[in-house]
Amino acid sequence: MMAKAKSDGVAVSVLDKDGLGDFIKNLRKSGYQVFGPRRDNDAVIYDLIDGADDLPAGWGSEQKGGHYRLRQRDDGAWFGYGLGPQGWKRQLYPPRQKLFAATRTEGGGFTLAPPAPPAPPMAFIGVRACELAAIARQAKVFGDRDFADPGYQHRLADALIVAVQCGEALDTCFCASMGTGPEVKSGFDIKLTEVIDKNHHVFVAEAGTPRGAKLLKAAKPASQADIKAAAQVVKNAETQQKHLDPAAARALAANPEHPRWDQVAARCLTCGNCTMVCPTCFCTTVEDVTDLKGDNAERWRKWDSCFTSDFSYIHGGAVRTETRSRYRQWITHKLSTWVDQFDETGCVGCGRCITWCPVGIDITEEAAVITGQGRI
Amino acid sequence: MVKPENLGRIIDEHPFFQGIDAPLRELLIGCAANERYDAGQFLFRQGQSAEKFFLIRAGTVAVEIDQPGRPPIIIETIAEGDIAGWAWMVAPYQSTFDARAMNLVRALSFDAQCLRRKMEADPALGFEVMRRFVPVMAHRLAAARLQMLDLYGPTKKPKAAKPAKPEKAEAKSKGKNRAADARLEKATGKKKKDG
Amino acid sequence: MNAIPHDPMVPVPFRIEKVRRDLSDTFTMEMVPEAGGDFTFRPGQFNMLYVFGVGEVPISISGDPADRSVLVHTTRAVGTVTEALDALKPGDVLGVRGPFGTAWPVEATFGHDLVFVAGGVGLAPLRPAIYQAMAHRERFGRVIVLYGARTPEDILYKKELERWRGRFDLDVLVTVDRATGKWGGNVGVVTNLVTRGGFDPLNTASFVCGPEVMMRYAAAALEKKGVSRDKIWVSVERNMKCGCGLCGHCQWGPHFTCKDGPVFRYDTIADLFQIREL
Repeated sequence: MMAKAKSDGVAVSVLDKDGLGDFIKNLRKSGYQVFGPRRDNDAVIYDLIDGADDLPAGWGSEQKGGHYRLRQRDDGAWFGYGLGPQGWKRQLYPPRQKLFAATRTEGGGFTLAPPAPPAPPMAFIGVRACELAAIARQAKVFGDRDFADPGYQHRLADALIVAVQCGEALDTCFCASMGTGPEVKSGFDIKLTEVIDKNHHVFVAEAGTPRGAKLLKAAKPASQADIKAAAQVVKNAETQQKHLDPAAARALAANPEHPRWDQVAARCLTCGNCTMVCPTCFCTTVEDVTDLKGDNAERWRKWDSCFTSDFSYIHGGAVRTETRSRYRQWITHKLSTWVDQFDETGCVGCGRCITWCPVGIDITEEAAVITGQGRI
Repeated sequence: MVKPENLGRIIDEHPFFQGIDAPLRELLIGCAANERYDAGQFLFRQGQSAEKFFLIRAGTVAVEIDQPGRPPIIIETIAEGDIAGWAWMVAPYQSTFDARAMNLVRALSFDAQCLRRKMEADPALGFEVMRRFVPVMAHRLAAARLQMLDLYGPTKKPKAAKPAKPEKAEAKSKGKNRAADARLEKATGKKKKDG
Repeated sequence: MNAIPHDPMVPVPFRIEKVRRDLSDTFTMEMVPEAGGDFTFRPGQFNMLYVFGVGEVPISISGDPADRSVLVHTTRAVGTVTEALDALKPGDVLGVRGPFGTAWPVEATFGHDLVFVAGGVGLAPLRPAIYQAMAHRERFGRVIVLYGARTPEDILYKKELERWRGRFDLDVLVTVDRATGKWGGNVGVVTNLVTRGGFDPLNTASFVCGPEVMMRYAAAALEKKGVSRDKIWVSVERNMKCGCGLCGHCQWGPHFTCKDGPVFRYDTIADLFQIREL
């Protein structure tokens, strides 16, 4: 189980651009696989980075329903790109995981191969508040119950998390409604806030764990001006265009026959993009494969989506054959039945599902209409 | 010959006649008779004029359909406490199935003609009888439908639940998407004529 | 020892000792852990059975919970993996993950009349509960098994049913959906047997298992007789890929069928049965 401390009363440091660059280099030298934002295919994604030069400096994104564009910023911000298509799920709960390998033995049996040695620890640069909340959601799904996923638990326990506070909300953000941001409060080793002024571009840094504090030991203390500027940066992100009432959204489970379901089903393509980009979606399937002779078998776990036609397949047919019932399952689980299962909502308000839905279905709008809130 | 008082007692005890009022009770006693069937005997046969309906007091009755050259198909078995036969209520008053005693059966039979006459003469009485019969028929219908579903039957062999490969249009589209035609051609080995 | 290693997704090898053919498409396997030791489970629970290189399928355990020396599964061959299981012989090894899921509350219903309502292969997940009830027979009032099968040739555990019926403290009533004149027993749906009664509805607990349609109607028939909703239990099936609450496939409303079920108390889920394509 992850146990990261809050950041109250901790010394505040500051790093300049070179300082952050060296910090990243040192992490790599220490043996971490460093993941951070980088530009790829006209988007900013989280992938392995070699150093600060790989960061998408000066790039921002424009996002709304069914729309994502990168655009140049005029302030050269390193972390001004908003949200990439996926959170850190790709690193912590990879799309393909080998569950086991087995080999046939004489006499009709088989033996299991010993588990693979653990991968080198990962460091994440640029984790936003909503993403920290999503990590906590998944940590509960994979850890806090009768049967845990040891893979996820190990990867998370070993990961070094360098969070970054948002300075502005995208049009699709609603973390304020969900209580998950924009301020980063917990779950990090180090928290950065990018402060940009006329000739001044620094990163105010705070440690959240002893491990983080150790890494910041050599950093200069931050000036009062920088600390004040950092606080203002986060405040700017609190103004958000979208809103969702999580308590009201609980009523989704009680409205299985609302006419709105047919309306959204007429638009939804069941493409499953929302489940792929959602940082809390955790559904997977298993695939059993053998080599040509059939002597060696492997079982792989793969990401799955409740929108696929055979997700709910039993006895010769799917339970959820219609688009209507599949969309209903996704949003009702996310906002309503997730709470019954885990005592917290499954949505962290990142808005990715809105951006990456090809037809721009807006989860905040659908939740509001179906639970009788009208359009907020 | 069973005396009317005994018939009355039998009727009173029977769940089908719960809460029956005196006039109807008298009427039914007047049309009733005690019956006994040995195993293999028929209470009624398909196509026969429906002279009676039965209240089974003991034993089991098979409602069945005869088929040439093969054993009869039993649709349902009726046992103690159940009613057998309602064709007497529906013109042309002919039994739809065979009813065979599977073992020693004791039943109360009710003369259909006698009952129909009295029901026509006294509609309120007629309604009372209908009120008791219709739920029995409704229950039988629901049960028959469930039986029809063959719920325990083998499920269809599932098709391989693999994701469909993205469709590729065949070459030479000639302004129309011929992918479907090409697949059909492949499947049937025939060329489809343009309509 | 239970077959759940630290990682619940990794199977434990079990070797098949015996295979018996029950019906044309149904068979029972008895197996023991390769590494030795006992297997404990509660009636109603299931395992994920793995056929090397083919795949996995959730199958209810159908043996006696008091017998820890052997693991028993009755399976119907309806798909790729179950047909591969059907092809296994004594000496072959399969993988087992489990036991998973909730149990029939046999001990919690002491003091009641106990009515088992089974349909088709649904008798298999109930059998462990029947064994457990019979092991504590004196704690119950009347114990009744109501079983509906497709035809007389599809009666599962026929000899065992006959043995149970031969006990003087257990009522066994069997009905079939279809029969020819040679069958001397009941013909009709199993709900008819519920309607016939023979138990005190105000003090009855009932365990119902079979196709979902049959369970809905059986529960309705029990309620009509006067059995209270919170004394009826059903066993629900959904698509399962992990069996332990991690893959998300088996969700039914707020429940993970694999860990909040498969046995559910009827009053807690009766409304879910009414929602189409939930």
